[in-house]
Amino acid sequence: MAVDKLFKDEATEEKGERARMASFIGAMAIADLVKTTLGPKGMDKILQSTGRGHSVTVTNDGATILKSLHIDNPAAKVLVDISKVQDDEVGDGTTSVVVLAGELLREAEKLVNSKIHPMTIISGYRMAAEAARNALLEKVVDNKQDAEKFNADLIKIAMTTLSSKILSQDKEHFAKLAVDAVMRLKGSTNLESIQIIKKPGGSLKDSFLDEGFILDKKIGVGQPKRIENAKILVANTAMDTDKVKIYGARVRVDSMAKVAEIEGAEKEKMREKVQKIINHGINCFVNRQLIYNFPEELFADSGVLAIEHADFDGIERLALVTGGEIASTFDNPESVKLGHCKLIEEIMIGEDKLIHFSGVQMGQACTIVLRGASPHMLDEAERSLHDALCVLSQTVNDSRVLLGGGWPEMVMAKAVDELARRTPGKRSHAIEAFSRALAAIPTTIADNAGLDSAELIAQLRAEHQKEESSAGIDVISGLVGNMAELGISESFKVKQAVLLSATEAAEMILRVDEIITCAPRQREDRM
Amino acid sequence: MALAFDEFGRPFIILKEQEQMTRLRGLDAQKANISAGKAVARILRTSLGPKGMDKMLQSPDGDVTITNDGATILEQMDVDNQIAKLMVELSRSQDYEIGDGTTGVVVMAGALLEQAEKLLERGIHPIRIAEGYEMASRIAFEHLENVAHKYEFDATNIEPLVQTCMTTLSSKIVNRCKRSLAEIAVKAVLAVADLERKDVNLDLIKVEGKVGGKLEDTELIYGIVVDKDMSHPQMPKQIEDAKIAILTCPFEPPKPKTKHKVDIDTVEKFQTLRQQEQKYFDDMVQQCKDVGATLVICQWGFDDEANHLLMHRNLPAVRWVGGVELELIAIATGGRIVPRFQELTPEKLGKAGLVREKAFGTTKDRMIYIEHCANSKAVTIFIRGGNKMILEETKRSLHDALCVARNLIRNNSIVYGGGSAEISCSIAVEAAADKYPGVEQYAIRAFADALDAIPMALAENSGLQPIETLSAVKAQQIKENNHYCGIDCNDIGTNDMREQDVFETLIGKQQQIMLATQVVKMILKIDDVISSSDY
Repeated sequence: MAVDKLFKDEATEEKGERARMASFIGAMAIADLVKTTLGPKGMDKILQSTGRGHSVTVTNDGATILKSLHIDNPAAKVLVDISKVQDDEVGDGTTSVVVLAGELLREAEKLVNSKIHPMTIISGYRMAAEAARNALLEKVVDNKQDAEKFNADLIKIAMTTLSSKILSQDKEHFAKLAVDAVMRLKGSTNLESIQIIKKPGGSLKDSFLDEGFILDKKIGVGQPKRIENAKILVANTAMDTDKVKIYGARVRVDSMAKVAEIEGAEKEKMREKVQKIINHGINCFVNRQLIYNFPEELFADSGVLAIEHADFDGIERLALVTGGEIASTFDNPESVKLGHCKLIEEIMIGEDKLIHFSGVQMGQACTIVLRGASPHMLDEAERSLHDALCVLSQTVNDSRVLLGGGWPEMVMAKAVDELARRTPGKRSHAIEAFSRALAAIPTTIADNAGLDSAELIAQLRAEHQKEESSAGIDVISGLVGNMAELGISESFKVKQAVLLSATEAAEMILRVDEIITCAPRQREDRM
Repeated sequence: MALAFDEFGRPFIILKEQEQMTRLRGLDAQKANISAGKAVARILRTSLGPKGMDKMLQSPDGDVTITNDGATILEQMDVDNQIAKLMVELSRSQDYEIGDGTTGVVVMAGALLEQAEKLLERGIHPIRIAEGYEMASRIAFEHLENVAHKYEFDATNIEPLVQTCMTTLSSKIVNRCKRSLAEIAVKAVLAVADLERKDVNLDLIKVEGKVGGKLEDTELIYGIVVDKDMSHPQMPKQIEDAKIAILTCPFEPPKPKTKHKVDIDTVEKFQTLRQQEQKYFDDMVQQCKDVGATLVICQWGFDDEANHLLMHRNLPAVRWVGGVELELIAIATGGRIVPRFQELTPEKLGKAGLVREKAFGTTKDRMIYIEHCANSKAVTIFIRGGNKMILEETKRSLHDALCVARNLIRNNSIVYGGGSAEISCSIAVEAAADKYPGVEQYAIRAFADALDAIPMALAENSGLQPIETLSAVKAQQIKENNHYCGIDCNDIGTNDMREQDVFETLIGKQQQIMLATQVVKMILKIDDVISSSDY
């Protein structure tokens, strides 16, 4: 006797072949979606949000595309997740990781159809991934010792990353910009200290890196617009009404005169506070919170430049740049570390006035000002630059470098192929399939560039049979080219993360033989 | 249906609104229940063993879980059927009690139900079946004790423990690095174990995960990892020989619980209040400083002013640390949790050799490591993995491995895995069946058949011919009179589970058989199912 109902209404259960098919199809659909954005000739996508305003994003960044999609297929969600993790962890290769996982699953589907058990495929994939990683490890170049070469490597990596993005027109310019910015971090991966300011207008070429620091704020009225040899106090304190923090305190008076008295006392208190701040011997005061008119006036009177409402990141960066500490109490002026800079002035970028701190003491933070024709363009430029910065900062820590342009994939494919020939048993089919999936990445790059991918890949494969080949796809000329000469490099860390996460995700999806979808939680219709 | 008549022949109603109820009685009810139980077992059957497959579960909110763990699958499956819920409970209690074998117990119960169905068709009374099962389970229980093997290990020789944990991990997605994970689990358990009392408090092992990196980067930290950062960005990121003040009071002005008001009506009062407030912050920081603390860990938030004062006096601080973590830190560092600033004394400070802040990836993620603690009785397993689902699954797998290691410390008996214990029990139960007169004999034989279901499922999942393999192994066990022949799931080429190093804990196996029998007995005793048909 059959059970009519095991699950709640609307819950669905898919088993065996059907479950596998559903997850394969979902994952491949996602991979195909982002596939066309891969490589220097990849195309962009327009994303329109369903929220209010239907804001539009134009992007080429895999993680951004996938993040904005509403996906129902659980297997597809796994792929979106790996792309997100790739973005958080290394910043670049978000498209590649999804494409590779998709290709691995596509190959796996063929194998499953020819009656090979998923577990056999998984163990083959694992062996292949290990072999591929070792092949890459053998070929890495590490130029950490040689500062000049290392710098050249960084520029190459930045250019390779940027070449697939909207910035490709001025990639030399931006690559230099990004490398300069990252080198200032001195090994820290905290990209927060690189500030990116977007100002529409001008052209991408007008973007620049500022050695100092630019704060997107205005100088208070009547205060000096230019200060030389500034002593800066960076603070996080209330400069509106400095309320009494003791719980339950309130003002209770019985006459107007008393109100005036207390008001006077309050004013006195603020005046004292301002005086204390001024006693630090500063001529610039930057506060995270608002500064009301009264204290602002006091500051103006004593010739101190007061900047209000610099947001939290701004404060932190400013503290990093000028070497001052973020203060909240002002009783011991002698022990508070003040920040210093040579010159503070108001500058104009486009139509906006900004405050520029130059000649700073500690150069750990910097500002990149992006200029461009439209906000969409600027957003995309920011994302591209962010990718480049991420990759660079990771490379500074792990300085191993590989060639690009499909070269690492071919190296891995070759090693995996060799492994397949040595491996007895059914697993060798899976290993071969892995190598085909790897070769799919250069194929996609070539396809996206409108080249004859079949011909190119065959040539590339032949080239790679030679020892120490450095052949890859030269998308510009449409031929197989020498990647070392063309200066196309990629970071080892990114490639390794792509390989491992894609294999892990494919393995995870392959292991599934049943999908149980619970009934969706009932929500009130907010449409 | 639910209509009764009193002595005058007038009908009266027992069940209210009976038209809206569905009701199943007698054999129909039992059969419906059995088929529901079997349906649940069928879902889990393919997850059994090293070649078992995973299930993908989508929660009502759309989150995806991919797992191989029986208890998790059932918990998230959102079942509606009452009998299916019983099976869920069954798996959960195995999880609470033993931690591992949650899939096996459900498969076992399913097999028992299947056998019971056949007996019911022959007209055997359900209670007789239940009693037969009870007897059989006792036989199997004792038999397991006889074939169990004592395993000697101590703090230095952890190999046996590692091997057993590896058996548990081999069925999970993490089996790629099962060796290192098993070692981590065993070391973690040994670090917190009380070998004298044979007890392990698993609460002392904190499992923390962070996406990114790879599984191989998973590490065991003899100390605590807290997912927090220093309260002020310019505080030192590394402190050596830290003396830690563990506080549960906020760095804020006091908030008495009784309602009160402080009225300000004169300028003087306003000023005294202000000074009071400043002094208050100053005192708090000074008190911490006075006892010699070099790090403050606080459960609550800091006022901006207090934060700066802390920074200013060179006293690094961490805020918003959760209660459980705070306790762990207190245990690890040998400190006391202090609820009031006045009660701070130098003895109450915890000590740690090294406290450092570590950044991950490209985002602003930072974590605080507290290492080289005075009392290393609290450890953290820090998992890295390619994506969120892998991470979650690794956490579950490690939990299983930790439980297994704990069980072994409690009771160091093991049985051989790979279905060998079940086959051996099946032979013993089969042999014992003939000694029982009466109908129960049939039930006992059925029990023996049901025990075969686990090795059968193992063989099936591994792509072997189930019946052929099972009968071969069984024959081998009888012929050689051993109890360590099992299913060769990994195609190594031997049936000898001693050579394959596949072990399971004795209590785990015993518990599986007992729990499965109990649930089946309960299901068999139900002869009337009343449910309202629409809700």
